[in-house]
Amino acid sequence: MLKVEQLCTEYTDERGRVVKAAQDVSFDVPTGKFFTLLGPSGCGKTTTLRSIAGLERPTSGEITVDGALVYSSAGRVFVAPNKRKFGMVFQSYAIWPHMNVFQNAAFPLEVGHAQANRREIRDKVMRVLDTVGLAELADREATALSGGQQQRLALARALVMEPRLLLLDEPLSNLDAKLRERMRFELKRLQNELGITTIYVTHDQSEALALSHEIAVMGEGRIVQIGAPRDIYDRPCNKFVADFVGTTNFIEATVLARENGADEYRLQCAIGELVARSVRPLARGDSALLSIRPEDIELSAHKPHGANVCEGTVQAKVFLGEYLDFEVSVAERVLLARVHPSVDCAVGQRTFLQMRPEKCVAINQS
Amino acid sequence: MQRSIDLKWAAIALSVALIAYLALVPLGFLLWQSFFTPRSAAKAAELTLENYRIAYASAETARLFLNSLQYAAGSAAFAFTVGALLAWMNERTNTPFKTLFFALALIPLIVPGILFTVSWIFLASPKIGLINLALQWVFSTDQVFVNVYSIWGMIWVDGLHYSPMAFLLMTAAFRSMDPALEESALMSGASVLQTARRVTLKLALPAIVATLLILFVRALESFEVPALLGLPAGIHVFTSSIYQAIHQYPSQIGLACAYGVTLLIITTLGIYFQSRVTGRGSKYSTITGKGFRPRPIDLGKWRYFTAVLFIAYLLLIVVLPFLVLVWSSLQKFYTPPSPGALQNLTLDPYRFVFNHAPLGNSVWNTIVLATGSATVIMLVTSVISWITVKTRMPGRWLLDNLASVPLMFPGIVLGLAMLIFYLNVNIGVYGTLWILFIAYLTRFLPYGMRYNTTSMLQIHKELEESAQMSGASWGTTFRRILLPLLKPGLIAGWIYIVIVSTRELSTSILLYSPGTEVVAIVIWELWENGQYVELSALGVMLIVALFMLVVAAQLLGRRFGLKEA
Repeated sequence: MLKVEQLCTEYTDERGRVVKAAQDVSFDVPTGKFFTLLGPSGCGKTTTLRSIAGLERPTSGEITVDGALVYSSAGRVFVAPNKRKFGMVFQSYAIWPHMNVFQNAAFPLEVGHAQANRREIRDKVMRVLDTVGLAELADREATALSGGQQQRLALARALVMEPRLLLLDEPLSNLDAKLRERMRFELKRLQNELGITTIYVTHDQSEALALSHEIAVMGEGRIVQIGAPRDIYDRPCNKFVADFVGTTNFIEATVLARENGADEYRLQCAIGELVARSVRPLARGDSALLSIRPEDIELSAHKPHGANVCEGTVQAKVFLGEYLDFEVSVAERVLLARVHPSVDCAVGQRTFLQMRPEKCVAINQS
Repeated sequence: MQRSIDLKWAAIALSVALIAYLALVPLGFLLWQSFFTPRSAAKAAELTLENYRIAYASAETARLFLNSLQYAAGSAAFAFTVGALLAWMNERTNTPFKTLFFALALIPLIVPGILFTVSWIFLASPKIGLINLALQWVFSTDQVFVNVYSIWGMIWVDGLHYSPMAFLLMTAAFRSMDPALEESALMSGASVLQTARRVTLKLALPAIVATLLILFVRALESFEVPALLGLPAGIHVFTSSIYQAIHQYPSQIGLACAYGVTLLIITTLGIYFQSRVTGRGSKYSTITGKGFRPRPIDLGKWRYFTAVLFIAYLLLIVVLPFLVLVWSSLQKFYTPPSPGALQNLTLDPYRFVFNHAPLGNSVWNTIVLATGSATVIMLVTSVISWITVKTRMPGRWLLDNLASVPLMFPGIVLGLAMLIFYLNVNIGVYGTLWILFIAYLTRFLPYGMRYNTTSMLQIHKELEESAQMSGASWGTTFRRILLPLLKPGLIAGWIYIVIVSTRELSTSILLYSPGTEVVAIVIWELWENGQYVELSALGVMLIVALFMLVVAAQLLGRRFGLKEA
C-alpha cells in the first residue's frame, strides 16, 4: 500500500547548517496495517512522516501509495499535500479555534475537489463524530473542548474524508497518563474497525508495542530495526534498540562456544558462564553484549535446576504495585530484576538468579 | 520580621501614591481647565462651557475632525499594508537576505520623527525636493510631481516612518501562529488560497485589527508631521491645533483643553477597542503545539522581485533620508546636490553646532532626563508589577489600570495637562527641568510597566518563596532574587526608554523654557529659524549617537543574554 524507498530529507536550521533529518529510509506498509515509527526525539521520525504527508520536500527517494507515485526525486514527481488525500493528526491537534466542532470536522469535505452537497456533508460529519464519540458536542466551540476531546476531534477531521492513509504525529503525547491509556485502546479499536492503513509516530515504546502490527525503530535519521513488536522486544538487533525499547540489563561478554541449539551460544561474562541467543551468527572469541530484561530474571531462595544460574545479594527493593523491583549485586555487578509482588526476599539476603537462555540476547559487538 | 513587613508596605504605598499622582492629577486638571476660563491676576477662574462652544460650534472643527481622521486612517492603512507585506515576506517566504533585512528595517524606529520629516521635505518638497528636481530634469519640465505639503504627503511620511512598527507587530503575529493550523488545512485538501482565506486570515484577524488600531491611535497623536507638513499647507489636525492655540497671543488654554479632551476621548476609545480585540484574540493562542519550523513558501524566481522590494524599502526609509541629511549638513546654505554644489562642501554647520551655546546645555539636559527617567521608571514599575503579578492584594487591577492611564495621553495633551497643573499649583516646578522630568516619568511609565510585567510573569513564585524560607526579608528577597532575575527586562526597558525620551518632542514643546531645552527642541528651533544645514548636522550626529547606543545595547545583550526589545 505505502512504499517508501531510500528517502532522504534535509533542511537548513536557523544558523544555516544543513541537518540530515532522515537518511536512506525504506519500508513497506501493507493495506490495513498499523505501522509505527519509534525513536527518541530528533531521530527523524516526524520528518519522515511529514515527508510522506508532503509537508516536507525530501531531497531524494521515492514514495508510492497504492502503486501511484506521490514523490520521486528521479521522476521529478511531487504531489502537493492538499492533493494527496491523506488524513493527518498533528501533535498539537491543530484544531481551528475560530470554528466549532462541526465546522472543524466538515472543513475537509468543503474544500476538497469532489465537493459534496450540504446533506451529504452533514451525514458524513455526524457519522464520524459519532464514531469518535463527539456527536453531542457538534455545536460546541472548539476551544471549549478538553484535551482528550480535541484529540478525538482531530482524529474525526482526519477520518472524515475517508483518506487512503492516516498519519498520526504523537497524538497521545499531550494527554495525561490515564487518558492516554484509554485513547490507546480507542485508537486500536477504530483502526481495526475501519481497516485504514495507519502510520504512527511516537517516542513512547509502550504505545508502539501496544498498537502496532509493525515497528520501525529509528535513530539518528536512519531505521535501525524493523519488525513485529515481539521481535523488536525479544530480539533487538543492537544495543540502541535493546536500550530504547523497554528496560534491560547490559553485561559485557566473550563468546566461548556454540551451544547445541542453532542460535545459542555459551558466553563468559562478569557474573559467570551464561547461555544466550543471538540474532546474528557469532564466532568464538567475539566480544558481545548480553541484554537481559528485568522481568526475565527469576529469583529464588534455593538453588534451581537448569542453566544460567548465579548467586547474589539483594541490595534494594522497590514496591511498584503491579510488581517488585530488586537490585541484586552479583560479582560486583548490579542487576535489576522485576518479579511478581508475592516474591518475598529481604534486603541483604542471599538469593539465586535464573535467566532462561532463550530470553538472554547476545548482541555482536565486534 | 516587623521591619520587613513595614518596608514592603512602605514600598507599596509609595509606588501607589506616585502612580496615582502621575496618572490622575494631569487628567483631572485638563478636564477642570476645559470647563473654566483662564485664571489671571485680576480675575478668578469661572465655570464656563464657552471653550467647548468655540471648539464645536465652528465649521473649522468639523474640518479638523475630518482631517485628523483622514490623516490617521490613511497613515495607519499605509503603514499596515507596507509592514504586513514585509512581515509576510520576511517570515513566510524564501526571499534572500531575510535576517539582514530584519535588522536594517528597525533603524527608522530610532530616528526622531522631526528628522525623518525634515529629510522628506528635502526629498519631496515642491520647490527644493530632490525627487521633483530629478524628475523635472529627466522630463525637462517645470511640473511638480510630488508635494509633501499635502494630506497625501503627510500620510506618506508618517506611514513610512511607522511602517517598521507594523512590521514588528505583524511579525510577532505570524510567529505566534501554530503552523500546524495551516498544515492541517492543507492536509484536509484545501488549496493554498482556501487555506489563506479560511484559516490564516481568520486566525490573524484579531492581530490585524489590533495592529491597525494601534497605528491609528499613534497617528492621531503624532505631532511632528502635522506641524512641519500640515501647518504650512493649512491642513490642521488636533495635535497641531492644540499647539497653535497655546502659541498664539493671547494663548487660548481653554480652547486647547477642549481639543485635548476631545482627542483624549478618541484615543481612549481606540485603545479600549484594541485591548478588547486583543483579549478576544488571546483565546486563539491557547492551543499551541511544539513549534515546528514553518515551511517557507518557495517563491521561485519571484524571490528576486521580493528582494528588490526589500531594497527599495530600505532606500526609502533609511538610505535616502539619511544621505540627504548628510548632504545638507555639508553645505553653507541648503543647495540641492549638483556638480557645482559639490565644490562648496564645508564642515561649517558642524562647527556651528559645536559652538552653538544652547546645544551643550541641551545635550546635558537630554542625557540627565533620559537616563534619570529610565532609571526611576524601571525601578518603580518593578515594584508595581510585583504587586500586580505576584500578590493577591485587593485593588491591584486598579493599580494596573492606573499605570496604563498615560498610554491614552497623546504627548501634546500630556504636555498641556502638565502645563496647566504646574501653572496653577506653584510648587517651584514650572520652568525648571523637573517639569520635563515628571512629564517623561508619566509618559513612559506604561513602557516600563510592560517590560517588567512580562519578565515578572516568567519568574516562578517558588523562587521567591524559597528565599523567604531561607530566612530572607521582603526587601532582601526583592534585591537579591527578583531584581537580578528581572535584569534582562530591566536593561532592555531602560534602553528603550532612553531612546524614546531622546526622540521626544511633542510633550517637551509645551513645557520647555530657556535653559531647559532638550536636543529635540533645539532641532525644532533651528527649523523655525530656517537654519536647515545646521539642523542637518545636529541631526546626523544625533542619529549616529542613537544608532551607536542601540548597537552597544545589542552587543551587551549578546553577552548577558538580554532578550529582544
